[in-house]
Parts: sequence; C-alpha cells; structure tokens
Amino acid sequence: MAEASYPDELLYHPEHDWARVDDGVATFGVTWFAQDALGEVVFFDPPEVGSSVTAGEFYAEVESVKAVSEVIAPLSGEIVEVNTALADTPEAINEDPYGEGWMVRVKLADASEAEGLMDRDTYVGSL
Amino acid sequence: MPTPTLKRTPLFDAHVAAGAKLVSFGGWEMPVQYSEGIRAEHDAVRDRAGVFDVSHMGQVQTSGPDAEAFLQHVLSNDVAKMGIGGAQYSMLCNEDGGLLDDLFTYRLAPDRFLTVTNASNHATDFAWISERSEGYDAQVEDVAAQYAMLAVQGPRAREIVEQIADSPLPPRMQAARRIILGREALVCGTGYTGEDGVELLLAPDDAPAVWEDLLRRGVVPCGLAARDTLRLEVCYPLYGNDLSTDRNPIEAGLGWACKDDTGFIGSDAVRRARQDGPAQKLVAFKITGPGIARQGHPVIGGGEVTSGTMSPSLGVGIGMAYVPAERAAVGETLEIDVRGTTRTAVVAPKPLYTKETDG
Repeated sequence: MAEASYPDELLYHPEHDWARVDDGVATFGVTWFAQDALGEVVFFDPPEVGSSVTAGEFYAEVESVKAVSEVIAPLSGEIVEVNTALADTPEAINEDPYGEGWMVRVKLADASEAEGLMDRDTYVGSL
Repeated sequence: MPTPTLKRTPLFDAHVAAGAKLVSFGGWEMPVQYSEGIRAEHDAVRDRAGVFDVSHMGQVQTSGPDAEAFLQHVLSNDVAKMGIGGAQYSMLCNEDGGLLDDLFTYRLAPDRFLTVTNASNHATDFAWISERSEGYDAQVEDVAAQYAMLAVQGPRAREIVEQIADSPLPPRMQAARRIILGREALVCGTGYTGEDGVELLLAPDDAPAVWEDLLRRGVVPCGLAARDTLRLEVCYPLYGNDLSTDRNPIEAGLGWACKDDTGFIGSDAVRRARQDGPAQKLVAFKITGPGIARQGHPVIGGGEVTSGTMSPSLGVGIGMAYVPAERAAVGETLEIDVRGTTRTAVVAPKPLYTKETDG
C-alpha cells in the first residue's frame, strides 16, 4: 500500500472522506487513513448517477475482505458521475486513494457548504 | 467498556514484530493479517508456503485401556478404524445430533489419542468429553497448555519443513514424532486450507525458534483472514459460522464423518436425519454479479448465509448457506438479501476452488 499522505489541495470530512471542489462540482473519495483502516478493498458498491447525496450521510459501500463500511458524503448535491473503473479495480482505493481511487463526482447543492470542511492540517491534527 | 483479558500465544511477540494486526478471536489475541496483506498471504499458501499460528486451538488427550471405546462413544467417526499414527476428522454431537464441535483426532499409541478442538469450544468440549468418561477406564486430560501449534501450508510447505526435520515427514492424514530444528514435535499431515502441508505441535517454548526459522526460509506468516478465505474456497466448514448446536451433521454435509453404527452420542438422531433427509442443506454458492454476501444475510425464500467473502483465487463473491433441501442442487439460483439489495448467486459444486479452476 501507498505511504500515508494527505494532499494540501483537498478538503476533509471527519469521517475520513475528502472532496476536491472545482467550479461547483466536487470529487469525493476516502482518505489514506480510511483505506488503511479498511484493509484491502475488494468491492465498491456505487450509487446511481442522478441520485442525491447529503453531507454526513452515506452514499456508497466499500467492502474489504473482512468488513463492510459505509462511505460518508462530505458535501451535499447530485451525483453526476461514478468511478465505474472501481468495479474491476477496487484495490485502487488502497493504492491511489486520491487519484484512481476517486468514487463519485457531485454537482454541489450549496457551494458554501465546503466552508464547514477541514483543511489538510486540521484533519491531520485530528488523526 | 471493559476489555476482557485475552490470552496470547507463545508467538505473540513474533506477530507484533512481523507487523500483525491483532484481533480478539475465541478469547485469544490473534493476528488477523500481517503487513503484506490478506491477498498476498492467501496467494502465498496457494502458490508456495505460508505459516499460521494456530496455538489458540486446544488439545484433549485421551488415554488408557478403554480410550478407543470411550472415543468411539463420544466422536462421530469410526475411531477403531484409525491405525497408530492415523488422523481422523469427526464431529462432537449432543444427544439430539446437534453439533458441539468439529475435530481432528490423532492416534498417538494404541491406547492414547490427541483431539484438537476449536479455541472457542475448547473448555466446553473438554467438560463435555470428561463428564462422559465415567465407567470407562480412560483418562481425559486438557493438555492445551502443553502445545503451541503451527500450520505450515502450501505446495512447498512439506519440502521446506523437511529441510529442518530429522527424517521424512508423515504423509497426508498421518501423524508422527519428529525432531524439527532440534526440537521434539508431533508432525501431522493435516491442515485446513485445501493445500498440502503439515501441522506442527511443539512445546510452547520451542515454537518461536521454529516460526522464525520458517520465515527465514521464505514461508509467509499468515493470519486469520487468509485462513478464512482459504478454507471457504475449499468449503471447509467453520464452527460458529457454518456449524452450531442448531445444526446436525447431515444438514451440514458432514454425514461422511459420522458412522451411525458405532452408537456414538447423537447417532440415533443423525441416523434419523439421514433417513428422513434434512429440511435444509449447507450449500456452496458463487455470486453471479457484483457484491459479497456475508454471514447472517437471508436467502430469499428460506435459509441464510453462514459464511461469505470475496474469493481471492476466483475473484467473485463466494460463500456457504443453509437453504431448503429442494433448492440445494448445483445450478440452482439463489437470491440473497445483502443489506437490502438483492444479489443473485448460483449453487456451485464443493469445493469452489481446485487447482484446475485456478485462474
């Protein structure tokens, strides 16, 4: 597995999720800490494109060999894209949690909601 | 919440040193995986060799002139068929045929046997067995503290252990005393992974040196998680998942390990279940689409999943489930309620994995 890392340009949710916000659309995924706690991910169950997600509530499930975990949405909005490649390569969530392991893209309902998330240093300090 | 005191095996420090993630299992603090991860451990056992610390498993020794007759009374298999150095798989049943445990027994001498118990059942197994020995000239002893146990498994396991043994290892389903790395050991040609290999019973103080030596020879340390995926791929039942006192050996597909004519405790109930046919049967399944069914997930129309995982060797969700007997045939389609989502599975032949199905 990759070394622990927490990119500066991301926003972080206390449930160990990240968001990369770009012009009203955010990409979501789980942090290095989350994938390490999960262990080897063997299955990603994505939500439907077009469904809505609410900050703080789960929108997808990931399964490692031993357990199932819910993935929490850091922000609210409508899902516009899911990472279908994870169906065949769920291990990307472990190997590249901020890149190939991204989970969904969401058209944000309220861009100002992002102000409630943590920056990198605050999140890392909370670990 | 108070943390119960967990027992540690003689290899605890070695597990920590090898980067193990430790979990509570059957009253023991055991490695669930090491730093390389479950898939690497699983593949090591399928392709080369891995070693599991199974020192949490218990041992009961039965000896004396009536040892054979007594074990014939409590164990489901035909104990008299076991030659010296033989090994046998059997069930421990209650009077109703309910499963108390599934066990390997080794005949060490004409009048001396060693039975290996599951960790979580050891105390109750020992109590059950010893309480029923009255009237037999046999001594039943809890000898679990005298043994550490290592399972060395995989196509290269035997050849690697043989490098540190004083003489060739006993064949499959046989047990013999050997000197391993200068230490007394009982070597058993058994295991629970579907691969060739041996299990080593050693004095607790001797176990760390043997463990370290095996690791130096390239044997990969493996935890409980890989043990579970390996055994499930070959459909070996796990007590507490697939077996319980609510199930009898016939339902579990273990009628072959029950010799009703020996008159073992529970044999009448097992015979009846055999004649009448069970209402439910333990089947193996493969998920046909995405998803993984887990223990406790209901089978729609009756029954439930007792074990489920993502198969590292097959790359699909697999498992075992009790289903109504009329739906237990290979090829039957099952629908499983996986946390509110219906997943489709097909009943598949046991074992789910063989060398031929690999890839």
